[in-house]
Amino acid sequence: MKAAVITFPGSNCDDDVVYTLREFAKFDVTTLWHQERPALGEFQLVVVPGGFSYGDYLRSGAVAALSPVMEKVKEYAGNGGLVLGICNGFQILCEARLLPGALAKNESSKFQCKDVYLKVEDTNTPWTNQMKPGEVVQYPIAHGDGRYVCEIDSKSLADVDGVLLTYCDAKGKNLPEANPNGSQLAIAGISNKARNVFGLMPHPERATDLRSQHGKKLWNSLLSHLNAKGGNA
Amino acid sequence: MRIPDSQPSTPDMAKSLGVTPDEYHHVCKKLERPPTFAELGIFSAMFSEHCSYKSSKPLLRRFPTTGKRVLQGPGENAGVLDIGNGWAVAFKMESHNHPSYIEPFQGAATGVGGIMRDVFTMGARPIANMNSLCFGSTDLEKTRSVVKGVVKGIGDYGNCVGVPTVAGQTLFHPCYNRNPLVNAFTLGLLKSDEIFRGFASGVGNLVVYVGSKTGRDGVHGASMASKEFSTEAEPDRPTVQVGDPFTEKLLLEATLEAMKAGLIIGIQDMGAAGLTSSSFEMAERAESGLEINLDNVPMRETGMSAFELMLSESQERMLLVCEPDKLEGLTKIFEKWELHSNVIGKVVEGHRVKIEKNGEVVVDLPVELVTVPPMASRPKVVPSDLKQRWFLDRNRLFTSSIEAKLDLVFTDINFASAQPIVHQYDSMVGNRTEGGTFDDAALLRLRDIPGSKSKLALTVDCNPRITWLAPREGGRRSVAEAAVNIAIMGGDPIGITDCLNFGSPENPEVMWQFEEAIEGISEACEALKIPVISGNVSFYNETDGVPIYPTPMIGMAGLVTDTQRVPKTSFASSEQDILLIGPAEGGLGGSVMTSLFFKRECGQPEDTDLNLLNRMLKFCERLRKTKFSYSIHDVSDGGLATAMLEMALHSAVPGIGFTAKIPQGADPDRFLFGETIPRVLVAIDPGHRTEIETLASQAGVGFTLIGETNESGEMKVLQGGLEVAKRPVAAIRTGWENRWKPCFE
Repeated sequence: MKAAVITFPGSNCDDDVVYTLREFAKFDVTTLWHQERPALGEFQLVVVPGGFSYGDYLRSGAVAALSPVMEKVKEYAGNGGLVLGICNGFQILCEARLLPGALAKNESSKFQCKDVYLKVEDTNTPWTNQMKPGEVVQYPIAHGDGRYVCEIDSKSLADVDGVLLTYCDAKGKNLPEANPNGSQLAIAGISNKARNVFGLMPHPERATDLRSQHGKKLWNSLLSHLNAKGGNA
Repeated sequence: MRIPDSQPSTPDMAKSLGVTPDEYHHVCKKLERPPTFAELGIFSAMFSEHCSYKSSKPLLRRFPTTGKRVLQGPGENAGVLDIGNGWAVAFKMESHNHPSYIEPFQGAATGVGGIMRDVFTMGARPIANMNSLCFGSTDLEKTRSVVKGVVKGIGDYGNCVGVPTVAGQTLFHPCYNRNPLVNAFTLGLLKSDEIFRGFASGVGNLVVYVGSKTGRDGVHGASMASKEFSTEAEPDRPTVQVGDPFTEKLLLEATLEAMKAGLIIGIQDMGAAGLTSSSFEMAERAESGLEINLDNVPMRETGMSAFELMLSESQERMLLVCEPDKLEGLTKIFEKWELHSNVIGKVVEGHRVKIEKNGEVVVDLPVELVTVPPMASRPKVVPSDLKQRWFLDRNRLFTSSIEAKLDLVFTDINFASAQPIVHQYDSMVGNRTEGGTFDDAALLRLRDIPGSKSKLALTVDCNPRITWLAPREGGRRSVAEAAVNIAIMGGDPIGITDCLNFGSPENPEVMWQFEEAIEGISEACEALKIPVISGNVSFYNETDGVPIYPTPMIGMAGLVTDTQRVPKTSFASSEQDILLIGPAEGGLGGSVMTSLFFKRECGQPEDTDLNLLNRMLKFCERLRKTKFSYSIHDVSDGGLATAMLEMALHSAVPGIGFTAKIPQGADPDRFLFGETIPRVLVAIDPGHRTEIETLASQAGVGFTLIGETNESGEMKVLQGGLEVAKRPVAAIRTGWENRWKPCFE
């Protein structure tokens, strides 16, 4: 299985993702420089990692979304390729219009780094099929601009397509105090209509062989999906 | 009119730039002419206390700096220690105190940026930052704004570059009201045979400038020069530099990539005194000469003089030396990272630095005249009121109840959850952090080293209260406490860096404190058989003419090789015995409780028993090799009462409570509030208690069963079976969690 991890100037979780994909998920990982325009067809997964691409100048992810490599990522996603954006990667995917909505400054206006609880909202996806509906997982967050804002003023999760993870307390309740950044409807991770593009603010790669280890559930879902697909093909 | 760079200087100019008459005379005599104005600027920077260590250098020679792990001792950008398997760590701590008071956000941010550059210029990838912050009274609005700005500055910079902030120490005391301390530590990882140094060697090699353009920011002394000598009114220039962590990240990646490609001969960060210190120090180490043409320095502003270019402290710049045929490859790498690189000079025969601007030689100086300044002679004297400071009125202490004393300690500003601070730092980026911010020391796995199970333990420690009362003991204790913290997390100490924050060296009492603290640090390091591998001295820290409490900050690294466990530092269950390992009582001199009770630091601190310290480390080593689980935490500020409570406050067990039994014959104050190092608490299932006691006996450290955990939600103190104090944990927790929050509103 082959994965590509993209490095922008200012990416700083690229190596963490490379390590995790190699060590845990046994991917053959290639890193791509943002100026490249490679054919992505050979990869089963493309990851846009966390960090501060272009120093978050202008708007988080805004400059990176215009990088040459992102043209190829859009093409790849359009062909149904799996694209995962973590933290700054999520911001970039939103800015590139591969995912709906936007990420604004945390309600507290402070950077926050801590473990949070997440409720699994949909398991019928390449990213969550090894999780149970309503299951609570724990990943850390580390961001200043993580407040998810929907495109339309939705009042309930039922109105928003593609929400996979929401911030919650240890028991799975979406309480305001369990929402670390003021995200609308407590949305922590969302996918596109086709479910092949997924972005989330929390860091599964930091919770794979350290901390809660719940990140494994995401990688296992991915592997299970890819293996099934491979089997069908 | 501005003073031309090549104009001969005068004694008045020297005085205005802070060069003493003796120093100026020395320079004129050696040169057989007065230095030019530009040269004078160079002397003013390099002879400053900050760059020259002219008051401290002879005393710093006392430090033990050798050992089998030492690959690089003091004198380079950072020290380097071998950690086995062909790998090494480079680390250093540095102060950014004065800038952080003037402009807290930028001052702290650029402090973090500077120390990270010191580490990656050694060829090491930074993997951990720590910081030590001392602030004034939170009653002052200025303090609160400094705290907020400093924490945001540290966070924004480290978070963006992607180096986790894994541990730290924050304390508040009025002696820092107008002089907060911001000490930043960085540790980096490198291959032990791939160390880079600040050497400008190889005649004909090129001197290359990389990174941000040079502006007038931080031009040391230049504003003063303008006032004294210029008739042309110039706007005030910022004396605090502005940091750009994004550029730093690019510089970090580009530099490491160029090093890996074998394109760099020598490299140095342009830190304090910018281009001046980097060029002269690199020539000094290589015993070479340099020719530099300043017209090739990329400038952010027009019309900059040689004086300004040489003294600018613009951030995120490096000076490096490469072979001419490597230049193309080097330029390509820096271009990839969207950075400029400019050849500004070359290495030449001889041992002089010659600098040209607009076709005119404005500086032509022998290297050692600049890098070997005349040492300052600093008298030392024992403070006249030392004996008064040591008086501790025990009789008055007896008049107060234990509960009243507990309340004093538990409502102290320094007794607080660090959460409002540490959650603003990315403590995990890099995917190595296994334990940290809320533990006794940070614990990092070294996933970079194939097949290695070793981990690093890191901590920063200092006790200014003790150091003010007894500087030698203060130095000793800072090292001892750091060592205990490292051992608790499973490590053996391997070396330290220091950041010595003191008042004015022209004050003989301060010089006495300085010498004593160095002696104490040295004694403790010798006892532990660990070296001092790098460090920094910050003098002239004063509030309203009164020196700060001497604050010799210690950053210690330890290596964990014989265990994979991540120790718990809080209570893990409500049915455990609590053992105190080490002496049942501790000294009250300089303790938190007595300081609060008497509203001033008083009493003579008791000496740390360094033999006992080594036995305690042995005990910790044996303990971590056991198979059963335990919780462990050291007794330090606030004494046993605070340590026990911290184990409850960090505990995830609902309704956790505990009892503390004052041992028969023990002095309640000394038992509960004494702060002698080393004392360690171990909480354990009752079934394993005797095994712990055996380990303690074998290691030659005393032990006392002092209580147990329960589900009462209360702290109870018993004496002779009777309850003498009781406090609800939940109520204390509320105060503890919220105490520092007002600083961030």
